[in-house]
Order: sequence, then structure tokens, then C-alpha cells
Amino acid sequence: MEIFGIPTQALFGQLLIGLINGSFYALLSLGLAVIFGLLNIINFTHGAQYMMGAFVAYLLLNWLGIGYWWALLVAPIVVGVTGMVIERLMLSKLYKLDHLYGLLLTFGIALIMEGVFRNEFGSSGLPYPAPAQLTGGQNLGFMFLPNYRAWVIVASLVVCLGTWYAIERTRLGAYLRAATENPQLVQAFGINVPRMITLTYGFGVALAAFAGVMAAPIYQVSPQMGANLIIVVFAVVVIGGMGSILGSVLTGFGLGLIEGLTKVFYPEASNTVIFVIMAIVLLIKPAGLFGTQK
Amino acid sequence: MKMRLSTLVASVALAFAGATAQAQISGGVVKIGVMNDMSGVYADIGGPGSVEAAKMAVEDFQKTSKAGLKVEIVSADHQNKPDVGSTVARQWYDTDGVDAIADVPTSSVALAVSQITRDKGKAFLATGPATADLTGKACSPNTVHWLYDTWMLANGTGSAIVKTGGDSWFFLTSDYAFGHALERDTEAVVLKNGGKVVGKVRHPLATQDFSSFLLQAQASKAKIVGLANAGGDTINSIKQASEFGIVKGGQNLAGLLVFLTDVHGLGLQTAQGLILTETFYWDMNDQTREWTKRFVPRNKGKYPSMDHAGVYGVVLHYLKAVEAAKTDDGTKVVAQMKAMPTDDPLFGKGTIRADGRKLHPAYLFEVKKPSESKGPYDYYKLRATIPADQAFRPLAEGGCPLVK
Repeated sequence: MEIFGIPTQALFGQLLIGLINGSFYALLSLGLAVIFGLLNIINFTHGAQYMMGAFVAYLLLNWLGIGYWWALLVAPIVVGVTGMVIERLMLSKLYKLDHLYGLLLTFGIALIMEGVFRNEFGSSGLPYPAPAQLTGGQNLGFMFLPNYRAWVIVASLVVCLGTWYAIERTRLGAYLRAATENPQLVQAFGINVPRMITLTYGFGVALAAFAGVMAAPIYQVSPQMGANLIIVVFAVVVIGGMGSILGSVLTGFGLGLIEGLTKVFYPEASNTVIFVIMAIVLLIKPAGLFGTQK
Repeated sequence: MKMRLSTLVASVALAFAGATAQAQISGGVVKIGVMNDMSGVYADIGGPGSVEAAKMAVEDFQKTSKAGLKVEIVSADHQNKPDVGSTVARQWYDTDGVDAIADVPTSSVALAVSQITRDKGKAFLATGPATADLTGKACSPNTVHWLYDTWMLANGTGSAIVKTGGDSWFFLTSDYAFGHALERDTEAVVLKNGGKVVGKVRHPLATQDFSSFLLQAQASKAKIVGLANAGGDTINSIKQASEFGIVKGGQNLAGLLVFLTDVHGLGLQTAQGLILTETFYWDMNDQTREWTKRFVPRNKGKYPSMDHAGVYGVVLHYLKAVEAAKTDDGTKVVAQMKAMPTDDPLFGKGTIRADGRKLHPAYLFEVKKPSESKGPYDYYKLRATIPADQAFRPLAEGGCPLVK
């Protein structure tokens, strides 16, 4: 049986691959959406922080002998803390100004970080092995699914849903959302708003680092791994609606699928298809698919 | 006082030596611009290492030269973009007094730089680019193509693999001038040796995820998946191919352009058994080892890629030609480079053909198993040497207008 000249079996495989890539987009755009939605910061260092997550995992393994599973926990904390330092020392000075200043600052920091890592580790990237428990794969009949890729989907779904739940359904999340709507009032109720903002930024950055550790065994750990991805992820967030958490997660998965299909039918366009969709969405719904006009 | 005297003597000597040579040296200095990818996927192949290699060539040239040439090396990042490379080249030639541009990986950029160099009558010392068109239909009296090209890679790796039974191919091709040229040349070799091509897919430069393409390769049932890409793209394809069990499933990978730096990035565990063709490997003989020993500390402990060696060789030969021709006029120097035989510690003795093609042997290597590797960067074992007269495309087949 064939669909558009492609055997159905092959098509299933491609759809699954699309979902896997989509789960990376979802994970990365989730952090961006949290930071933008709650703090109104356009965090251009996100790609660099994703890259740092992967590098921390690499360094933990090669310097301290700490493996993948601990790195999943430690790397986000380490990178999250560096994010909080950046927020406290620099970003916090810019909240009263236009978004663009934050964007410029974070963009500059990203360039510096990538430059430093490239200078130190070169551009070919470094190998990072998948954990022994997740090597090998399953033969699904229509494709060979590496175990690690299956794990990526599961982990990404859990983290995305968990984050959505924490922000939309818990008391802490309610405080957070209130603090972004009206910081003075929330402060008056005795909640330390600046600290909350710092922690939220740290959490968003930690999500990027988490994605970095997840990516390390699949891609090379290389200084430009984030730069390659950040533009796509921004497009995902814009299409989903800036700041909409559920929107960015769904869009991440959806665009992964569309990109996967493009790679089958017209691979030359696989780098551009997302931006074409972004242009169309912005023309029809300027606030994005799930965004609300403010 | 003693110090001042020696300085005086030196400067007089320099001025004197300079005066004899400077008559035809524009601006009184031979200025060589090293242009490559300083920050992207190809930065480890060329990058700052190429600048160091060029500087070493200058130093070694000055040790033996009596011409007293003043030589200056400048460098720039072309970001793998033809428009950026063209802008830099024009500025270098028009306002900065650059006489020759060296390296320039990324074929699309190199083709642009070659054309500009020809228009301006300067010299293009190409080592980084792969496309065989530089000495074929796009050949130029101002370009020397030193190191390797797509025809040589296809011929070396391609025919070796077809002859050992890998007769059905699927191409994973980088979607720009280089990938297309490499795919075309390899396909020709495969067909000529009785093999067939069952499919191909073209991916954008700097793709992160190859799983979709690899799945298509798997479905094609081809015996060989030919990687007509380079740098980070090759690394990621090989790595993900191992993840998706391509090799375990009975298919084999052919890395058509793999550099030592790529093997280093992959690690022997993933790269072992890969067959590849290069024209330089640091551990070939005493001279290459001695040069490598000098180069490594200048390149942050990283061993030289074949491109680094190429930049050294071509800059050295260029300077010798400037000295012999007593001018830095690009067209004349390139003619001189072709007229005199080449001789350097890394590539040995060789020649440059009328179409600009530098001839030297090519080597078919196999990547060692982790257990066979005895030290840092001990990665290759030699499987075959392809002599200089067979390694490159015959002069008559290139279609270079200069030859007719």
C-alpha cells in the first residue's frame, strides 16, 4: 500500500521520527515560553544554555566520571544557577526598558558563551555515549526504533505536562502568574516577587539544559548545536503564540511532524518549511495559534 | 650600544635586501589572506589552524630564502556564505593590498572567490574546497587547486568500495555545489565499475538530525550509504547511522570526505572500519611527524587536518614562486607556480598542471579499531596508495578551457 508514492510503512517511520524531533522542539520552546510568558524576557541565550547543558554532561562524565542519569539532574541545576546569576546581575536591570534591550543582552551573552566554548573545545564537537540501559533498539516492523529515541519522547512528554501542570494548576503557579500580572499587589501580600522571577528564569534555563543533556547522545556535543536550533525554536514559539505554554508544546510536536514529512517529500526545503508556516500563521493570526492578543 | 648597532645593521640589511626585490612587489609586502570558516561546521578542518600553518610556511620560507621578502598573513571568516566571502575578497584585493587568498573551504564560496581573483589578476591558493570544477569547467589562470577534489575522493573511496562488493549505492548529499559535485563524481565512478545508484536525498548544510534521511537510506536496501557531505554533517550522519543500526543491518557507510578532525570528533568506537581517502596524514614519515610536532602546540594541542597541511604546502610554494618570478602579480606568480616543480616536507615532490591541479599521491585509509590505536590521534592504517598520475582526473576529461 502506498500514499503519494511512499509505502505506508515508511511513512509511519517518518511520522514517528517527526514526533521525536518535535519533542525536542517542545522541550526547548517550553523553556522559552515560560521565560517569555511569565517574565516578558526574549531569552536569546536559550540555545547557548541548551549547549551548556550538553557540555556540562560531557564534562561531568569526562572529568568526574558522573554518568548520564545524574547529569540529567545536575546539569540543569548548574546551568540554571548560571542563568540566575545572569538574571540577578544583568537582566534585572532591564525590566523597565523595552523588550529589545533584553533581547540584545541575551543575544550578546549567547555569542560570548558560544565563542568561549568554541575556543576551548573546537567546532567538530565531542562524542557522548548513550547510557548502557538505552543503547540498542526495537524492530517495530515498519522501522528500527533506537531505545534512546523512545526515551526522548517519554521524558519530553513528562516534563512538558509536568511544567504545564505546575504553572496552570498549582498554587505556586498561580502566585507566579499573578506576580507577572501585577507585581506590586502580589508583593503587598508578602511574596518576594524578585526572588520568584529569578527562580522562574532559572527554571526556564534549566529546561534548556535538560534538553541539552537529552540531545548529547544523539548529536555531537558542539558549541554551535544551540545556534542551529534556536532560530527554529523561536519560530515554534512564535507560531504557538508567544508565552502560551500549552501552545508551544503542541506546536513543537506538530512542527516536528511537518518537518519530518518535508524531509520525505521535498528534503531541500526541510530547513525552511517552519519559517514558511510561521509567515503564514503571522499573516492570519498575528498572536500565534494559541496566543491571546494583549 | 651593542644592541642598537645590531638593530641598525639588521635594518640596513633588510632595506637593502628589500630594495632589490621590492621593485615588483605591490606595496612592498607580499600579503596573503587566509579565508575560511573560523566559527562554523568546518572550523576545525581549517579555521585558525590554517592561519598558523600559513605562518609556519612563511617562517620556513624565510629560513632559506635570500630575497628578503616582507610577508604578511591576514585572515577572515567567510561563514560558509558566498556573499560574505565575495565581499571579503573584494575588500582584500581592492583596499587592503592582499596579493593572494589561501584555503577557502566550502566550494560555493571558493567558486566565487576564484572568479573575483581572476577578474582582479591576483592569486587563489585553494586547499579547502572540494569541487573538481575549480580545475574543470570553472578553471582559471589565477587559481591553483592544491589538496584534493571531488573526483579524487570519488575515485579513491568509490572505486575501492565498488571493487570489494559494494555495488548498490544510496547518496546522502549536502545540498550545495560541493555535495552535488561529489555525488556526481562518485556516481560516475560507481557506474563505471559496474555498480548502480538506487536512490539519493539532499539535505541542507548544517542539518542536526539525519534520522529521517537515514530511514530512507535503510528502506532503499542499498549496500552502501554514500555520505556526500562534510564536517559536522558527516559526523552527525555517521553517529546517527550507528544509532539506527544501519551498519548492523548489513549496510555500510562510505564517508566520501572525512577529515582526521572528524574521526577525532566521532571517536574510534563509532568511526572504526570507515574507509576514506586523504592526501595527508600526520603519521606518514619523519618529515610529517616532525612538522606535526611543531604544529600541534600552535593549534591548541589539536593535530593537523589535511587542509592545514595543504595551506602550509601551497603558501610555501607560492612564496618560492614569488621569489623566482620577482613579482607578486597574481597571474605571473601562478604561471611560475605551474612552471616549477613543487617540493615540501608534507607532500614531497610534485607538479602543478596547466589547469591548476596540483598532483600528488592520494591514500586510502581505514580507521583503526580502538584496540589498535596506540597514542593520541593514532587513527588510520594505510590500505592503498594511489600514485599521483592516477589520483586525479585526467587533464583532457576536465573540460578546462585553458587546456584547449
